[in-house]
Amino acid sequence: MRYDITSLITYTFVSPAAGARQIMHLMPLELPLRQHLVAGRVSFDPEPSTRRDRVDFFGNCVTEAGFSETVSDISIRLHARVKVESAAPPREQGLTREALGALLLDWSDVGAQSPAHFLAPSPKVPLEPVIAAFARHAAAGAETVLATVDRVGRRIHADMKFDSKATTVRTPILEAFEKRRGVCQDFTQIMISALRSLGIPAGYVSGFLRTLPPPGKPRLEGADAMHAWVRAWCGPETGWVEFDPTNDMYAGADHVVVAYGRDYSDVVPVRGAMRISGGHKTKQVVDVVPLED
Amino acid sequence: MGKRADQKEAEPPGLLDGYAALPGAPDELFDAAGQMRPGWASLIAHLSAHSQADLERNFARGAQYLRDAGVFFRKYDTGDQGPRDWPLSPVPVVVNAAEWRSISAGLTQRADLLEQVVADLYSENRLIGEGHIPASLVASNPEWLRPLVGAEPASGRYLHFVAFEIGRGPDGRWWVLGDRTQAPSGAGYALENRVASMRSFSAYYRNAHVERLAGFFRAFRDSLNALRHEDGGRVGILSPGPMTDTYYEHAYIARYLGMMLLEGEDLSVENGRLVVRTVSGLKAISVLWRRLDAAWADPLELEERSQLGTPGLLSAVRAKHVTMINALGAGILESRAFLAFMPRLSELLTGQKLLMPNIATWWCGGAEERRHVLANAGRMMIAAANSTRLPLELDDRTAVAGVMPEGVPGSLADWLEAEGPSLVGQELVTLSTTPAWSAGRLVPRPMSIRVFLARTQTGWQVMPGGYARLAAGEDPSAVSIRRGGTVADVWVVSDGPVAQDSMLPHQNETFIRRLPGILPSRAADNLFWLGRYVERAEGIMRLIRSYNSRLSDTQDADTPLLEQLSTYLEHRDVAVEEGLPKELADTVGSAVFSAGHIRDRFSVDAWASLSDLQRTIGSMTPRVQPGDDAASAMGVLLRKITGFSGLVHDNMYRFTGWRFLTLGRSIERALAMANLLTVFADRDAPEGGFDLCVEVGDSVMSHRRRYSVTTSRETTVDLLALDLLNPRSIAYHIDEIRNQINLLPGAEVNGQLSALSRTALRLHTDLAVHTPRTLDRAALKAISKAIYDLTTEIADSYIS
Repeated sequence: MRYDITSLITYTFVSPAAGARQIMHLMPLELPLRQHLVAGRVSFDPEPSTRRDRVDFFGNCVTEAGFSETVSDISIRLHARVKVESAAPPREQGLTREALGALLLDWSDVGAQSPAHFLAPSPKVPLEPVIAAFARHAAAGAETVLATVDRVGRRIHADMKFDSKATTVRTPILEAFEKRRGVCQDFTQIMISALRSLGIPAGYVSGFLRTLPPPGKPRLEGADAMHAWVRAWCGPETGWVEFDPTNDMYAGADHVVVAYGRDYSDVVPVRGAMRISGGHKTKQVVDVVPLED
Repeated sequence: MGKRADQKEAEPPGLLDGYAALPGAPDELFDAAGQMRPGWASLIAHLSAHSQADLERNFARGAQYLRDAGVFFRKYDTGDQGPRDWPLSPVPVVVNAAEWRSISAGLTQRADLLEQVVADLYSENRLIGEGHIPASLVASNPEWLRPLVGAEPASGRYLHFVAFEIGRGPDGRWWVLGDRTQAPSGAGYALENRVASMRSFSAYYRNAHVERLAGFFRAFRDSLNALRHEDGGRVGILSPGPMTDTYYEHAYIARYLGMMLLEGEDLSVENGRLVVRTVSGLKAISVLWRRLDAAWADPLELEERSQLGTPGLLSAVRAKHVTMINALGAGILESRAFLAFMPRLSELLTGQKLLMPNIATWWCGGAEERRHVLANAGRMMIAAANSTRLPLELDDRTAVAGVMPEGVPGSLADWLEAEGPSLVGQELVTLSTTPAWSAGRLVPRPMSIRVFLARTQTGWQVMPGGYARLAAGEDPSAVSIRRGGTVADVWVVSDGPVAQDSMLPHQNETFIRRLPGILPSRAADNLFWLGRYVERAEGIMRLIRSYNSRLSDTQDADTPLLEQLSTYLEHRDVAVEEGLPKELADTVGSAVFSAGHIRDRFSVDAWASLSDLQRTIGSMTPRVQPGDDAASAMGVLLRKITGFSGLVHDNMYRFTGWRFLTLGRSIERALAMANLLTVFADRDAPEGGFDLCVEVGDSVMSHRRRYSVTTSRETTVDLLALDLLNPRSIAYHIDEIRNQINLLPGAEVNGQLSALSRTALRLHTDLAVHTPRTLDRAALKAISKAIYDLTTEIADSYIS
């Protein structure tokens, strides 16, 4: 499936800011056999005085921009064309959680794709005993790692209600979990915490969803802004599996990957700081349009 | 301990009476055989040869120095309890030079090893790849900063200044208790302890063959200067600011080494380079000695909530435009778990065993280690593998001697099984004792020493001395130190005379005359506001004094003048019903706060005088009553505050910093006088208003001498607004403001006056063309507004 993606983020400062700097995770990734970035461009208005595009630790595309002049608002626009392959369902390798634990203990790699990064608590995903208890309950009877991921993910979808008013980007996962309400970020980070508590490496995927569903299919939640879902490591053969707990499905041809991280804090679409502190507001409009082949 | 008894007989009774090593713990004064260790004899003889009273008089001199210097630290154990006095134990810890050499060799080897380990953790990760360090241990460590993986440091080195906490174990050997690689503190305190112990042992110290500390600092300063970027850039010290427990030390080191003391908000990243905002514009920084934990250094890529950091710093680091001392991310080596791997890593990377062992540590990720820790839990502490705390400072989730911490459910075996990979077991540490002074006697106190190493152009140098911490009681288990105690100087004593040394240049070096360094904008801002607050406080004192002396004369607060004065004060948040109004204490508090940010630019005497003023206000507040009592209290405070102003204005070097302080003072004084005259020198002012102005303007004598008539509107305005010779008049201060502005950086642009200089000239002229008759209420208000606008323009030009 090919998509044209446009995303416009407007960043408005409450009072004009000097020395604003931003780091962006917006550009879709190039993933061999899965996702091909045909073309892509991130542009700004006004033009930043310094700009640098680089790759971060996890292999994501990062744009850094600095504004030395005083600015009151900044528009950040992404244009990208992406080709996404439909994914085969994940392969069950029959690995138990105990066997996974033993494998990970002797793991000797800390490269970008290593599961070692995704087991310990991370800034936005602390280990929460309440979520751990929920995870144990949800996973009861699941014999393999993959089956555990499936059960926990579907259980979160069943128990939680999508509600864009219930939480903000800063809401701690425990609060969202206790309300059983939230948006894709909350669903995702709760599932990450749950899987990690069971010893399964789990991380955060940020990306885009196609805006309008194929004919006859329901519209997916999270399509009007950036979306998030979970990746879990199910052993050397099965590898990384991506599950979208908000929509109760494995990520497929409708999911465009932008960035991988331990949690939201690693992949924030636009993270900003300015010299004189003051508030800011952001607004994002996303459009993901399939192209006729 | 037969020898020990002989020793005692040789001493006059008292000093060593009852001094005995604690069971199972070695002692620094006597070795296991009861022999006095080399290096101590002459110090003990000196102590024995003087009376308790003589010695304590000398010790008091050391303590006095620390108080005068304002050495303090903050304690945050139970919330901020404010600055504390420095608890120096007067008797130093003595280590003889031969033993020190072997300590130095062990620590130098360790510093080199740590450099190799951290370099690998941030580049190829061979140690993990080959299974020498578990991947999960590094990946789960919050000090392993992923944005810096692959970023080679500009200097090629990760570590430049490290410290090791060491203690002597029961076997008599020195052991490393912990590695400090993040931003080790204590070296400045060690220096201050040395200055104090020199005072305490003045005559004796000179010939005691004690190794000097200055050479170490000079070598490190020189090597920092050598690290500067080839196309320029300065060296700065980055502090989290006055609310940090060790801020005093940051300011002290900055002053001692002659380096800029910076806070995160002084810095920004412009075109990829780290710069400091100064009153002379942006200046590049290419070496930053950080006293700030790495996580807080850049809110854009690290801890988002950080108010202490500099957005974009990491991009300047990655571009190799700045050398961080130490590299951001080096703090990972402080994790306890690394101690478990160091012995093997040493053999692997250097082919040698560790010359100085570290305390035995087992990472509980392995089943075998878990079994060992469980079986020996009685002589271990078990705690978080990632914790960077020293064994002296346990946290709440620590099992000590097999006793489970509160809040951790289940048995020790369950805990180890469930959380093994995030736990370590460490042998419980027992420390040696060293003599501490106690009412004329020496008593043994457990202690550990922090030793500092600096990378210089010729390799690691070890500071010949250190920072010793002593426990308050006799419990030799290491944790006792946390419960509070004292600190002590460490003397490395040679057999023969040592080289004399100080930070001053050698005599054969050429004399260079330098102007003071550049002034960061934030420091300028603090100096400016210090000038304003001190002047504002003085003005409040004068007004309160005038109010209360009149009140005590008439015993009636309902006179028109007092009513108006009380309203005037009320508009300034000063409540005259309070004998010593809270607003005065707050204003002085603001002055102390501003001064606190620029302690590196301040004389010790001026700081002491300002703190004294604040203390006096604090002690007076509850008891001062309105009326005569308050009037005389203000007299006392006025003498104290003018003492501070005198110290500053008599002693401060006439350069940019002083100009901002002076500008603040003159602006505040001119504004206050203009406001006072607007109300009390008005034609409609209540009776007594003119006299009030002259009195608040401290110009009673001048008025009498100049006009030989009673006060009138004309004489009052002439003397207090227009007289260029009266240091209380508006004209005098506007003249001063204009002069100072013309001497600031950038006052001339291409041979023409800057916009700010032109504004100052306009203000000066506007006032100069007035006569007492034309300078009426409206004209005074216009002058006030013009002064106020000028302050905004100063801030726009230099501060923001």
